[in-house]
Amino acid sequence: MTTSAPSVARVLPSQETSSHHTAPLRNAVLKVRDLSVAFASRGGALTAVDGVSFNLAAGEVMGIVGESGSGKSVTGLALMGLIGWPGRLTGGSVMLEGEELIGMPESELRRIRGRRMAMILQDPTSTLNPVLRIDTQMIEAIRAHDTVSERAARERVCEMLSRVGIPSPRERMLNYPHQFSGGMRQRIAIAIALLHRPAVLIADEATTALDVSIQAQILAEVQSLAEEAGTAMIWITHDLSVVAGLADRIAVMYAGRLVETGRVDQLLEAPAHPYTAGLIACVPSHNIPGTEVAQIPGSTPSLARLKAGCAFAPRCRRSTAVCGQVPPLVSWGEASERSIRCFHPVIDIGARS
Amino acid sequence: MHAYVIRRLGQSVFVLIAIALLVFVAIYAIGDPVSTLAPQDATTAELEGVRQRLGLDRPIYVQFFLFLSNAAQGDLGRSFVYGEPALKLVLERFPATLELALLAAFLAVTIGVPLGVYAGLRPDSLGGRGIMVGSIFGFSLPSFWQGLMLILIFAIVLRWVPAGGRGDPGMLLGLQSALFSLDGLRHLLLPAVNLSLFKVALLIRVARAATREVALQDYIVFARAKGLSRTRIVWVHILKNIMIPVITVLGLELGSLIAFAIVTETVFAYPGMGKLLIDSISQLDRPVIVAYLMVTVVVFVLINLLADLAYAAIDPRVRLAGGGKSA
Repeated sequence: MTTSAPSVARVLPSQETSSHHTAPLRNAVLKVRDLSVAFASRGGALTAVDGVSFNLAAGEVMGIVGESGSGKSVTGLALMGLIGWPGRLTGGSVMLEGEELIGMPESELRRIRGRRMAMILQDPTSTLNPVLRIDTQMIEAIRAHDTVSERAARERVCEMLSRVGIPSPRERMLNYPHQFSGGMRQRIAIAIALLHRPAVLIADEATTALDVSIQAQILAEVQSLAEEAGTAMIWITHDLSVVAGLADRIAVMYAGRLVETGRVDQLLEAPAHPYTAGLIACVPSHNIPGTEVAQIPGSTPSLARLKAGCAFAPRCRRSTAVCGQVPPLVSWGEASERSIRCFHPVIDIGARS
Repeated sequence: MHAYVIRRLGQSVFVLIAIALLVFVAIYAIGDPVSTLAPQDATTAELEGVRQRLGLDRPIYVQFFLFLSNAAQGDLGRSFVYGEPALKLVLERFPATLELALLAAFLAVTIGVPLGVYAGLRPDSLGGRGIMVGSIFGFSLPSFWQGLMLILIFAIVLRWVPAGGRGDPGMLLGLQSALFSLDGLRHLLLPAVNLSLFKVALLIRVARAATREVALQDYIVFARAKGLSRTRIVWVHILKNIMIPVITVLGLELGSLIAFAIVTETVFAYPGMGKLLIDSISQLDRPVIVAYLMVTVVVFVLINLLADLAYAAIDPRVRLAGGGKSA
């Protein structure tokens, strides 16, 4: 029940077109198809996430990049089944290891959250409950899914805390959140998220609130911990440089739609969508010192004032009359590993699938 | 922690002296007790005798310092009417009022907080809206009228409980209280409900507002993402956080329950401190009025001290601010 006109992409099979002969080596743990979320507002339903589709292979790291308001955080919450009023899931499918999560009763969904699919949030100072001790918050996370004694759970907490780099965990787990620094609190949140070695970890701007040196440490640690546990990650961020070093694949989101996806090296080297190209040009290190930093003209459109067609068109130098329609998602390249939603790609994408 | 308690006690003593001064001056300003106490046909000389006997002929500051030094020794003067120590009279009635206030507070918390949490979790549901409408009635209907209606319905028409008075006390662990006997509880129920209705309404609002705020916090989203059950999220993660505003309000309101049980005690002919106060005011029995006010102030101060200590127990961040040991 989205407000936009039915897009061509819905009609076209998106990425599966050519996947039969070049199936990814690893199985997809998460298959998302046409995920849509709308928010009720005075002016009617606003579509925050519009037909998002992607696959996530086991152990893979995918970065979802977008400006604030692009729908990336809402996508993360929707995958976890945590969209609350006034938001509403309006369609799509989320398959976790072959199991459909959309429409699953809350009690079953609860058993999946935190165990097979976990999440860490942006602000470490507000992620942990201020009035409960760390051990309480971790033991409850273990016992929500596993029937173990308190003593055994405590051992696991201790071990997990030391793995995320909390010194003297046996004493520190008796402390309250306010007795830890922001970086330490995010480590604790990561420890909680990885307690059950989930198949998928969704990190929503998980290092944005931290200072740069801590950010790099934590990124490296999450990466190695996730690798160890075989956890696939969806790293949601507005910062292209964070995912550049972390992700295997990047999906660029704009105004609720995925506009481009591809392997990180290809996408960064040869962006196809004008928006992606603009984003990459904005990264300060790409600019010549002394010259003005490049930027994309205009700003992210408000969902309430979104026109039909390509949402980026008003800011795009390449837009033409055809951009009044929503461009279909077009895949190309070896194994159709790249896809784009644009009528006027920046690079030659060859024969369209 | 100890330094914190001592500092708070010091503040409390200052508050007590300030209130004593206010009370004394205010009471001094109303009426002349001699005219009500002396016989109608008393001569001027007899009136003067009474005045001298009661010490009312001395300057006000002398009276005040006498009052303060006596008060420090637990002597708040003798009742003009009963000729007994005023403090003793008030304290004799104190248990009855305390029982009433405690039961009312208990009802307010056990009814108000769960309803408020429910209304906060489902603000747009029929139940949530219904609770809020109900709380408006709790606020706006006058207490004495609610009391009369309760008597009419439950004591006169349905005859479930007595209409007034205090029941026989029972014993538990060496403590004597009407809370420990069935008869006592039967007598207490209606006045306690009457006294608690306003507080129920208040706590519903406080708990609802706090719940709505807490439910949106990241740590609740994170708790859900951990896969915790709804029960645990509501009764541990949310409840423990909303107890901070609830205790603030309760601390203030418990004092006022004791102090302002007057209307309820009058409606239900309940022999508590409030009824004693009303009787004493109509007889201009100054020492009893003063003793009542001083006892009430002490109770207020103590309850607020307890509320502050309760914060420290619930919110670990207060412990740190209070000079406790930090990690």
